[in-house]
Amino acid sequence: MAAEDAVPVEVVAAPARPDAPTDSLAWLAVPAMVLLAMAPAFLVESFRLFQLTSVVIYAVAILGLNIVTGYNGQISLGHGAFYAVGAYTTAILMASFGLPYWATLPVSAAVCGALGWGIGFPALRLGGLYLALTTFALAVAVPQVLKHDALETWTGGVQGVFIAKPDAPFGLPLSADQWMYLFTVAIAAAIFVLARNLLRSRIGRAMMAIRDQPTAAEAMGMDLAALKTRTFALSATITGVAGALSAVAVEFVSPDSFSVNLSITLFVGMIVGGVASIFGAVFGGLFVVFVPNLAEDIAGAAPGVLYGAILILFVFVLPTGFAGLLRRVAASARRTTATNDATPGR
Amino acid sequence: MAALLDVSDVVMRFGGVTAVGRVSFSVGQRSICGLIGPNGAGKTTLFNCISGIYRPSGGRIAFDGQEITGAPRHRMAGLGIGRTFQNVALFRTLSVRDNVLAGAHSRGGAGFVASALRLAPARREEAEAEGRLRPLLAMLDLASVAHVPVAALPFGTQKRVEMARALISGPKLLLLDEPAGGLNHGEVDGLASLLLDIRERFSLSILLVEHHMNLVMRVSDKVVALDFGKKIADGTPAEVRAEPEVIRAYLGEEAERHGRAA
Repeated sequence: MAAEDAVPVEVVAAPARPDAPTDSLAWLAVPAMVLLAMAPAFLVESFRLFQLTSVVIYAVAILGLNIVTGYNGQISLGHGAFYAVGAYTTAILMASFGLPYWATLPVSAAVCGALGWGIGFPALRLGGLYLALTTFALAVAVPQVLKHDALETWTGGVQGVFIAKPDAPFGLPLSADQWMYLFTVAIAAAIFVLARNLLRSRIGRAMMAIRDQPTAAEAMGMDLAALKTRTFALSATITGVAGALSAVAVEFVSPDSFSVNLSITLFVGMIVGGVASIFGAVFGGLFVVFVPNLAEDIAGAAPGVLYGAILILFVFVLPTGFAGLLRRVAASARRTTATNDATPGR
Repeated sequence: MAALLDVSDVVMRFGGVTAVGRVSFSVGQRSICGLIGPNGAGKTTLFNCISGIYRPSGGRIAFDGQEITGAPRHRMAGLGIGRTFQNVALFRTLSVRDNVLAGAHSRGGAGFVASALRLAPARREEAEAEGRLRPLLAMLDLASVAHVPVAALPFGTQKRVEMARALISGPKLLLLDEPAGGLNHGEVDGLASLLLDIRERFSLSILLVEHHMNLVMRVSDKVVALDFGKKIADGTPAEVRAEPEVIRAYLGEEAERHGRAA
């Protein structure tokens, strides 16, 4: 057929590779997402930008929790503890040891990873609800440890530690808030890409297999203890980095910023965003930053009541979180296109 | 040729109860062995000893010339022992594709870092697993449901997913726990030819625990019969069928009299 000779090669090749159009769309989506993520730095005023920085930081923390709880099925009610340890590690390294903020991140990651491994190793043998209790105990204990006199030289006791927000490097014409937002987005993007790779790999499949059917997982050659411990450590590392970023963004850490509430907030964010969803964490971050404020604006004296009502509403309307809603929309869109195309693919 | 699986004098006690008492048998290379017996005969217990779920109280189990008695469960797949489960134990929320790929876990070695960074060895492993996946899905008629979560599939299809998941690791021995359970007549016929086909294509041995006598007698090169934890027969299907002890255990007038009819 003569008409088809003029058709570009990609289009001719498309039917043979049904994934191809989606792939090229995905490559377009990457720069679009980068622009979208960067845009607020230049469009939004300082306070809103700080809130958005918090959203991104919470999203990272929730992603960390989601890896261990959503993907691996180990309930942690104490991830606020890792967030706190990451934040304090960065604050202390900056305030007492004069390290630049960016150099503290790998250290905070390593400290939280080691702590997660140390907690995870014995705790995993308990499993299920007992693990939830153990991690909860950690979340209760950590703020008190941070207040303790023996550590006051570094932690500043109840006063906490003040640090200075870093200026933009290389003489970039950006305010400290703009720079902090962009820096946080860049770190978060890297973590999300790595997490996505991991969760789609042999290791990610093993995490989910262990969650769904541990006996069969073991029969497939998965070493449950090793995989669960490493998953816990990885999860603590990611949440710890989020904590470290928060210390820099807030310019201050104190024991009361990291109460048990924080752990519960992360847990709520994970469920609202979508359990076992990577990008659901972003919605989770948006929810935990903006909905309590919204509740306070509207309900005034009893924001907790409204917040609680909104949460219950979510459970009924979006039982699989924001991510589940998006998945359903995408699936029905795909079905519609598939019927319209009437492609021979089964 | 040396036997692929050699079970010798295996004993399994639970408290004071001896579920399996000094049972010995072997499974040859590229052969199909049926393990039969009335309910409570100790088949599943013996099966669990071989697959590493239980550590036997006594005796030895050797696989491919290597002792595996009490080896950790997660090592079995890497040694070349694949298995399916009695009531299907799939990864419920995962797609057919991911379930089967999870079966290839023991063939890979990429860890957290290599996988997150998509380093060359991790990508190679993934490509290799994909390459093994495709023909398996085609053979087991699963290609059209590759992206469907397994929980949404009918039981018979789920059983085929389990089979694919066990085969992708390239096992030398396949342990099947009641593969005909819950299947209808036509499906059992299909299963019989599938088992013979799998043995040819993958050059593997199969140990089959099964209630469905017709299936066992049709596909097995050899049948081992248990009753009350003891081996009562071991031979070709025709020999075992003719064995008076087996007839008694299954049908027998004797059984009535001892009051142990199932």
